[in-house]
Amino acid sequence: MSLADVWWSYLLPLLIMIGESLLLLVVLLIGVAYILLADRKIWAAVQIRRGPNVVGPWGLLQSFADLLKFVLKEPVIPAGANKGVFLLAPLVTCTLALAAWAVIPVDAGWVISNINVGILYIFAISSLAVYGVIMAGWASNSKYPFLAALRSAAQMASYEVSIGFVIITVLLCVGSLNLTAIVEAQNRGLATLIGLPWLSILNWYWLPLLPMLVIFFVSALAETNRPPFDLIEAESELVAGFMVEYGSTPYMMFMLGEYVAVCTMCAMATILFFGGWLPPIAVPPFTWVPGIIWFVLKALLVFFMFAMVKAFVPRYRYDQLMRLGWKVFLPISLAMVAIVAGVLQVTGWVPK
Amino acid sequence: MIIHAIFFWLFATVCVGSAVMVIASRNPVHSVLFLILAFINAAGLFVLIGAEFLAWILVIVYVGAVAVLFLFVVMMLDVDFAQLRQGFLNYLPVGVIIGGILLAELLTVLFGWAISPEIGKVITAPIPPSSEISNTQALGLVLYTRYIYFFQAAGVILLVAMIGAIVLTLHHKPNVKRQNISEQIARTKSSAIEIVQVKSGQGLSS
Repeated sequence: MSLADVWWSYLLPLLIMIGESLLLLVVLLIGVAYILLADRKIWAAVQIRRGPNVVGPWGLLQSFADLLKFVLKEPVIPAGANKGVFLLAPLVTCTLALAAWAVIPVDAGWVISNINVGILYIFAISSLAVYGVIMAGWASNSKYPFLAALRSAAQMASYEVSIGFVIITVLLCVGSLNLTAIVEAQNRGLATLIGLPWLSILNWYWLPLLPMLVIFFVSALAETNRPPFDLIEAESELVAGFMVEYGSTPYMMFMLGEYVAVCTMCAMATILFFGGWLPPIAVPPFTWVPGIIWFVLKALLVFFMFAMVKAFVPRYRYDQLMRLGWKVFLPISLAMVAIVAGVLQVTGWVPK
Repeated sequence: MIIHAIFFWLFATVCVGSAVMVIASRNPVHSVLFLILAFINAAGLFVLIGAEFLAWILVIVYVGAVAVLFLFVVMMLDVDFAQLRQGFLNYLPVGVIIGGILLAELLTVLFGWAISPEIGKVITAPIPPSSEISNTQALGLVLYTRYIYFFQAAGVILLVAMIGAIVLTLHHKPNVKRQNISEQIARTKSSAIEIVQVKSGQGLSS
């Protein structure tokens, strides 16, 4: 094999992949900085406060100031902690959360790795996120973090089940596990059926699968430990949950992982139910807008809902949380899998 | 294919290494964490041979669910491993003999195994070429057509096991107060409050 061969077939694709990944990471991390700020601002606005407004104009640089503060502080490791696992836990959380973005298509063809089983990959990665929490809770060698870790493991494992069934219903309608194919499949649907193909907002799965959208949204809140399901860091009972013993950079990595996971869930909701990068009305002024803008707008809309829920809804009690997951969502989503499969079979809409 | 080879050796080495560490590490929680690492590397090997569906199902089922329960149990158990290891040397000869016999049996099977040269022609469920069909679809075609009864039987066995586990562990304690949400929501003003006119100086009799 000549040197030119090695360059064209291995090195160049590798460099391109590294470049793409870096670009995505930088955009994502800056996005997370502003999403964090937006979260705090929305929360503040609901409570008629100003929120962060000191660093930079309208507090726009607040997240960066926080970052600097976290990084410059001394990381404290408790004497009784299991050092290796203690430091590995935030790394696992952060890496796994970022890894999910490798397969998320933000526009037609704008994806780092367009694998066949993209949705399965995201599901697997998000099911691994629980390890960061368990490892942190156990390695801290302290009661509150450990209790929080046990809670979170049960909570995340429970809500994954209903998320899995929601994904299965969407897959039944699409006939593929590829994320790009899931978005493209939403090019036809209800609007095409009623003879208004330009009204593509009706084509997306949010309307025919509305119950599943609700279940997905609530389960996503629980899966990412967002309020009202933030029982693992319920400060009134568990101090600050599994992160009690963490400070400085490791703590920041937990926060980063948490918000990136929230962004992933918003992107997932956009892809599964809101037609990804497709414009809501397929007529010229809207079709001229690049797909990525639609994607980001839709994901931000979902995130706005996340933030509003945090501001509105009081925290659930633990037994109520478990009841909601196992006795309400699981039967409904299981029944919907059967119903959707039945409807597709009877009407002959099964994707070929 | 040199990249394939590099990744194969990487995954294989880490997989075997972490499998050894599962047994060798002193801390049971570390053992489970190494087990998880071994699972993930096995999934990597599946991806390398083009079985990405199996790979991610392995991660979801074993790492995402089974190993979490493992970790749960191991963390909650208070096992004194120094005590468990006390009789280690006494049992070592027996262990070595049994292990040796098993190894010898495995080796005879491995070297006595002959694959019929005709196997490619008599294969019962031919696998379609990967260029035509994704392996998710290929698996589905085989599982839900040719082996549907076995597949359903496996499901029924799992269901029975699940119900068995619930029956064995479910105890209804008599004096536990439970929240009945539908009852709570169905309460109205008329059923919850009783308004009584009390004459002064007399109190309620009943």
